[in-house]
Amino acid sequence: MKTKSYWLKRIFLLYLPLVLIMIFILFPLYWTVRTSLMYEGDIVTLPIIYLPNPATFVNFVTAWDAVGFDMYFRNSLFVAMVSVVIITFFSIFTGYALSRFKFKGKNVFMFMMLTTQFLPAAMLIIPLFLIFGNMQLLDNHLSLIIINTTMQLSFNSILMRGFVSGIPIELEEAASIDGCSKIGAIFYTVIPLLLPGLVATAAFSFVGVWNEFLFAFMFMTSRTNFTLPIGLRMVIGEYVANHGLLAAGSIIALVPALLMFVYLQKHLVSGLAAGSVKG
Amino acid sequence: MDKSIKPSATSRKSGKKSLLEREDFLAYLFIAPPVLLITIFLFYPVANVFYHGFQHHNLMRPWVDGFAGFDNFVNIFTNDNVFRSSLVISLQWVVAQVSLQLIFGMIVALLLNNAFRLRGLVRTIMFYPWAISGVLTAMMWNMMYQQHVGVINAILLDFGIIESHIAWLANPDFVLGSVIIAGVWRGIPFFAIMILARLQTISADIYEASDVDGASSIQKFVHITLPHLKESIVLATLLRTVWEFNAVDLIMNLTNGGPARLTTTLTMYIVNTAVTDQNFGYGSALATVSFIILLLFAIIYLKASKFGQEE
Repeated sequence: MKTKSYWLKRIFLLYLPLVLIMIFILFPLYWTVRTSLMYEGDIVTLPIIYLPNPATFVNFVTAWDAVGFDMYFRNSLFVAMVSVVIITFFSIFTGYALSRFKFKGKNVFMFMMLTTQFLPAAMLIIPLFLIFGNMQLLDNHLSLIIINTTMQLSFNSILMRGFVSGIPIELEEAASIDGCSKIGAIFYTVIPLLLPGLVATAAFSFVGVWNEFLFAFMFMTSRTNFTLPIGLRMVIGEYVANHGLLAAGSIIALVPALLMFVYLQKHLVSGLAAGSVKG
Repeated sequence: MDKSIKPSATSRKSGKKSLLEREDFLAYLFIAPPVLLITIFLFYPVANVFYHGFQHHNLMRPWVDGFAGFDNFVNIFTNDNVFRSSLVISLQWVVAQVSLQLIFGMIVALLLNNAFRLRGLVRTIMFYPWAISGVLTAMMWNMMYQQHVGVINAILLDFGIIESHIAWLANPDFVLGSVIIAGVWRGIPFFAIMILARLQTISADIYEASDVDGASSIQKFVHITLPHLKESIVLATLLRTVWEFNAVDLIMNLTNGGPARLTTTLTMYIVNTAVTDQNFGYGSALATVSFIILLLFAIIYLKASKFGQEE
């Protein structure tokens, strides 16, 4: 059945391109891991060494203890966690309203949420710097939590709408026959069934907030408040020749987002197609 | 739902629903948080940018602050060379990024739409750069682009493709291309995901029917696959164009707009004007111009592609 020409086609039109693209996609990650595990002396040796020998964790220890990545990590985690909780909570109700309710101005509201995807952070940094300045929130994580929530809420609400629509409405009707209020029905029947959607939304917003750079760069001024992206940028400035340290810092910043990605990737195709926004 | 028994005493008595049972009230309650946040922290700032564009507001030179009329805009269009060059670089940046990401994203999506072993794992590997931030992309590629200890030079030298070490991020001939390649690496998953989502909704029947008619693979791609993908491609391309036009994370951390402003896109220029020069008035005027350019582009693009108008 499977002829020689079938296999030739399979190899040249499927396996070979897959392997080549995968090498291109994986190489930067391999190189960063490789560099993070090497002594600086080995990194700058020519010809280039492709595998760390001997491998060392010294760069991670230095990055974490001496350079301040423990602090940056805690700050990033704090901002991300608080933002994710707020975003997820609000997106349940917004997504629910979009899925279940008919109301005047619904289209205007949808349009409003879509426009947020088109407003560049670069355009917003000047006025937001002034606004947060007036609110005494510069160099305060609260400003990052507020703006991250604002930027992420639209996409995640649209995502949540899809998850809510997947829950049969009969369940809420049954609950309200049993004497449950509308809000009660949401809490007792919808939210438990929404759990996979909740986790997916949380993971999506986590990646977005975790990776945010420009606002943090503009608003955080003291080192003790830096998040990981800003911390990394500072490392370039100060330890410009220390590749091992940069690589180790990169891995520290990369692992949480990558773990979230591995979890949410089964929602990625349906989720991004539903929301159609945010790269 | 109205047939259900109303539990609350008030609603039974008056025949009217209590506020918390009324759909429209609940709807407005539920959307209130995003509406407030978007209004205060996105729409008001945008209005503020438009306003500031007509002001002199420079943290470095506060003594000239005040109403500027059209000064900033006249300056931008008549004697700002950086604006002109940054616009050209933005154009090159966006066209290269979006077209390359689209081509490779499409290839990845078409490949992943086949059945083969370990597809789940392969898909995870293909999509992971989606979760990598612009700053991290810059870190990873910066290491590989190093002139002397960078792996890209080492490999190209080994294969005899180049003859001497190239300073990829400092050489005027290569710097923009180098940053673009790093950006493409990161952008492929977005297109692949959007296109794959659409591919999976094309029913196999259509292909089987065309097999019966003896259509070739290329004919099938042109006459079945591409038309089905059109909406997704138009939407993904528009979103990505806006996004790449506005993106600064990668450039800022890989080259900071240099050398000699060769990677200073318009958005990079706005950020530098705001952050480095702290010239908020001029930066706001630039942001306004950039906003209008994008808006015009989006309108023309959607009109030209007849988005949402077919069948």
